[in-house]
Amino acid sequence: MSKKGIADYVRETQVWKSIFRHGPPNNARNRAAVVAGNVFLHLHPIKLKKSGVQLGYTWCMGGLSFFVFLALTVTGVLLMFYYRPTAEYAFNDIIALREHVPLGIMREIHRWGAHLMVITVWLHMFRVFMTGSYKPPREFNWGVGVILLVLTLLLSFTGYLLPWDQLAIWAIAVGSNMAKATPFLGHGGPGAALAQIGDFVMVSDKNDVRFQLLAGRFVGEPALLRFYILHCVFIPLVVGVLIAIHFWRVRKDGGISAPL
Amino acid sequence: MKQFVNIVADPIYSFPITCVLYYYMLKYYKFFGSKKFAWTVTLIAIPVFLIMMADPNFYLIITWPDNIPITILIVAVSFFTWYSIHKAAINDTRQEEGEVPVEATPENREKVWCWPNLVYTEMFAIIAGTVFLIVWAIVFKAPLEEPANPTWAPNPAKAPWYFLGLQEMLVYFDPWMAGVVLPGVIVVGLIAIPYIDTNPKGNGYFCFNDRKFAISSFLFGWLVLWLYLIIVGTFLRGPNWTFYGPFEYWDFHKVVAEYNVNLSEFLWIKFLGTAMPSNILVREALGIVLSLGYMFGLPPLLAKTSFFKELISKIGMIRYYITIVLFLLMFSLPIKMVLRWAFSLKYIVALPEWELNL
Ligand code: HEM
Repeated sequence: MSKKGIADYVRETQVWKSIFRHGPPNNARNRAAVVAGNVFLHLHPIKLKKSGVQLGYTWCMGGLSFFVFLALTVTGVLLMFYYRPTAEYAFNDIIALREHVPLGIMREIHRWGAHLMVITVWLHMFRVFMTGSYKPPREFNWGVGVILLVLTLLLSFTGYLLPWDQLAIWAIAVGSNMAKATPFLGHGGPGAALAQIGDFVMVSDKNDVRFQLLAGRFVGEPALLRFYILHCVFIPLVVGVLIAIHFWRVRKDGGISAPL
Repeated sequence: MKQFVNIVADPIYSFPITCVLYYYMLKYYKFFGSKKFAWTVTLIAIPVFLIMMADPNFYLIITWPDNIPITILIVAVSFFTWYSIHKAAINDTRQEEGEVPVEATPENREKVWCWPNLVYTEMFAIIAGTVFLIVWAIVFKAPLEEPANPTWAPNPAKAPWYFLGLQEMLVYFDPWMAGVVLPGVIVVGLIAIPYIDTNPKGNGYFCFNDRKFAISSFLFGWLVLWLYLIIVGTFLRGPNWTFYGPFEYWDFHKVVAEYNVNLSEFLWIKFLGTAMPSNILVREALGIVLSLGYMFGLPPLLAKTSFFKELISKIGMIRYYITIVLFLLMFSLPIKMVLRWAFSLKYIVALPEWELNL
């Protein structure tokens, strides 16, 4: 310790010390402090089994899913500055994003990221299955994961409508037409015809599940608003809460799985 | 050669071929999981893919922006399937020789510091992920078509790629099955897995031998049904959801003479030579009995076979019934596919009066 580097000098300033309350993480005490004292890092245990940190075991797919989710949140918020969810503006705002916004690759990152998240979540589930990590005590967390998977697909699906081009509305039309066929709850599904008392039709195209989903009988402006709110507010909030539960349970169930 | 591929890609051939390949993959999983196999396949696949890209029709469908994720998915799933089988093969061999799985060696059970071991890996993953996304975003523009026009539907109108497996199921099932019941069954079935698979072995390490039944069923649903159908739905379905080979031009006038017959029509008109009964329940009686028998009659019958007797002794009756019902629902799809190809069968139960077609 004869010569002090610039890093050591910075570490001794009051500013640095006010932010990081421990020394460089090169000894046991500081390594513990750096993980436990940081709000993001403290999601991790301070020490973990070697098998669990290996890329070959987890493929880091859960971590990557979370990363892509965060990237989507950031780019999504940026897109919201430019986008208005009305039939009049939606399409033109997307064009403007491409043509007038400098360095306009936010839409690209957001769209490809959405696809990527579907892929990473599928692969994550695949890994969890192949290592048998759903077995006790992790049954519940597997269930939370399945719900996260469904919500990931719904996030992607609701976002697909927002550019308001031909691709968007017809893909959503195909998807939401399936809702029409829900047994008992869709007007074109089995059982709906039974729910008729005299002349009074209980399940019709004006109140069935597809109507609730689209706020109308076809993919129109009310559907755009509904999908926009589901996509930008409602589903992300639910996903956020579930991810918190998921991570909490990974810790509480004994960390990453390892042979018993 | 291209002609040949165009023909074999048709689900009538490609689905059985996929099933056979899948069977051999698991039967010879140690060979499949070897590095030699992986290198050989990779070295063959790259030039083959490049040659295929020279074909204008194939190039068009592969480079359509929203299809790129599927190419990434195919590559990633192929790699990770091989990789997990590779690790499983290593662990199985170790266990046959009386050793513990790699994950259970004392060296790997040792505890390490989160900083730097895990934090650095995560940092690497974040950087790699960022670079990947930015490069992808610069190279490929996000697609944007004509403004929305509710009065003019494109042909084919496709759902986003991750739902194309469901849309492809529409060929064989009505929307209430393909779009509502079967997806619901998939979700419920996935959540049920930990509660019906009571095998304590294979928790926390890659393996195949210790949980052959669980792994082969899961991989069948995931690779052979789900992913296969997505690939067919994306790359091989053109206007009017007609089949087009990978090197075939999407000609809007391609007409496929398809005449599918309901089971009740087979029974009354072709077999008994009479008119269809006017009572709809009598008309569909055979199909209804068969379907109910499949869902409710088969499980108790199968419970008598030696294979399932052994399973029941392990997991108990309730778990057995849940498992078997999930399996029967899963296999209803390949069964319906085969019936369609073999007998041009349209519906087993055809009750359009109640919107209830099976
Ligand atoms: C938004 C989606 C998801 C995110 C962000 C996420 C994130 C994570 C992370 C970061 C881990 C730590 C280990 C790892 O990286 O592999 C993990 C573990 C786990 N995940 Fe997920 N996950 C998601 C979806 C799922 C799904 C779809 C499933 C299964 C159906 C699932 C089941 C599990 C289980 C059982 C574990 C514990 C694994 C073990 O202990 O080895 N997760 N998840």
